[in-house]
Amino acid sequence: MSKRQHISAVVNGDPVEFLSAPGTTLLDALRDELGLTGSKEGCGSGDCGACSVILDGRLVCSCLVLAVEAEGRRVETIEGLADGGTLHPLQQKFLEHAALQCGFCTPGILVAAKALLDANPDPTESEARYWLAGNLCRCTGYDKIIRAVMDAAAELRQVRV
Amino acid sequence: MSQVDFIAPDSAEKASRALLAAGARPLSGGTDLLVQLRAGRLPPGMIVDLKRIPGAVGIRQEVGGFVIGAATPGMTLSEHRALGLAWPGVVEAANLIGSTQIQGRASMAGNLCNASPAADSVPALVAARATCLIVGTSGRRMTPVESIAVGPGRTSLAPGEFVLEIHLPARPARSGDAYLRFIPRTEMDIAVVGVAVNLTLDDTGVVLDAHVALGAVAPTVLLVPDAAAALIGSKLDDAALDRLDAAARAACHPISDKRGTIEFRTKIAGVLARRAAVIAHGRAEKRS
Repeated sequence: MSKRQHISAVVNGDPVEFLSAPGTTLLDALRDELGLTGSKEGCGSGDCGACSVILDGRLVCSCLVLAVEAEGRRVETIEGLADGGTLHPLQQKFLEHAALQCGFCTPGILVAAKALLDANPDPTESEARYWLAGNLCRCTGYDKIIRAVMDAAAELRQVRV
Repeated sequence: MSQVDFIAPDSAEKASRALLAAGARPLSGGTDLLVQLRAGRLPPGMIVDLKRIPGAVGIRQEVGGFVIGAATPGMTLSEHRALGLAWPGVVEAANLIGSTQIQGRASMAGNLCNASPAADSVPALVAARATCLIVGTSGRRMTPVESIAVGPGRTSLAPGEFVLEIHLPARPARSGDAYLRFIPRTEMDIAVVGVAVNLTLDDTGVVLDAHVALGAVAPTVLLVPDAAAALIGSKLDDAALDRLDAAARAACHPISDKRGTIEFRTKIAGVLARRAAVIAHGRAEKRS
């Protein structure tokens, strides 16, 4: 049995410390050690995007990151998207457009969409669809998801003006 | 997941010593390694994270060329304006791999050392005449990228050796490169065939120098000198493109599998070579 290692990281702006076996994924550490169960395991092989988090500013699949790699790094998860009790505009637009059915893919898509709008506040629909190509929704609700992302982008641009 | 140990050494020499252990393997983006570990396809061993080694992540310009750290993710390549202007084919090839999430982690050195015949960035690197810096316990050496893979999933690296940097050479004026692959959809798939073309033109548009590389049509990525020779001295007229097409097809010795037959892959290699050559030529003409 490999020895568990002590990890210090910053998750959603808060310093955290936890113990992790070397082979544990960041996804499992977030869920099982830190109780942040918003990130989901769909495929476990980087294909579905349900475990998407932002690691030092980069959108990644947390199932393909070892928890020990997070030492000293910043992690943003779905739990950090809302501002206290106020939903992020992406979350609000997903509700308004009914851009979810079972909801399993939703946290990953919201995190991926936030990374998109951080990098490109005015994406074309085509750019949004390509950016989100790594987030699979098996209820096949893509049309409403894209409408919600485009609407949230428009609202965020209004706020910035 | 297989039982593993993990270290993140802060020097290349420490990493090399750690990689001498049986079953030890380097980690950069992990988009292949972690999938293989989780599927139980690799025996237990030490994972040696390269990302804390100085120079392993990032891009620097050096003597007219570019030095790309082994663990530099695809997204960093796409954000580097000078790299994209000089080597658009290399950047587009690397950026075709996987999703946005994969681009946040996946590296060209990992793509190279995973040694898949269908690796998208490798034909572009081979056509670019890229070299890599290999660190081992007995020192450092430079080698052409095409010397790394020796068969599907197998490399020429000795125990303790790993790729620390990929070097793209200085670029003459009026040079351009391009990479095209065939997949049955628009995104998120493995190349059935991939073709990279890298050209340098003279002032009148005649091809002075050319390199052509093919992916997914042989056990390793192929550099095809006959295909390059078909273009040199031409202005990419129809006769030259016909010769390129024939030379590309002649170099193929693919397998038939669920993604494509031998006949299909061979035919498409010629078609994509023609198209990539035209794109590379257009880019070279714009880059004075």
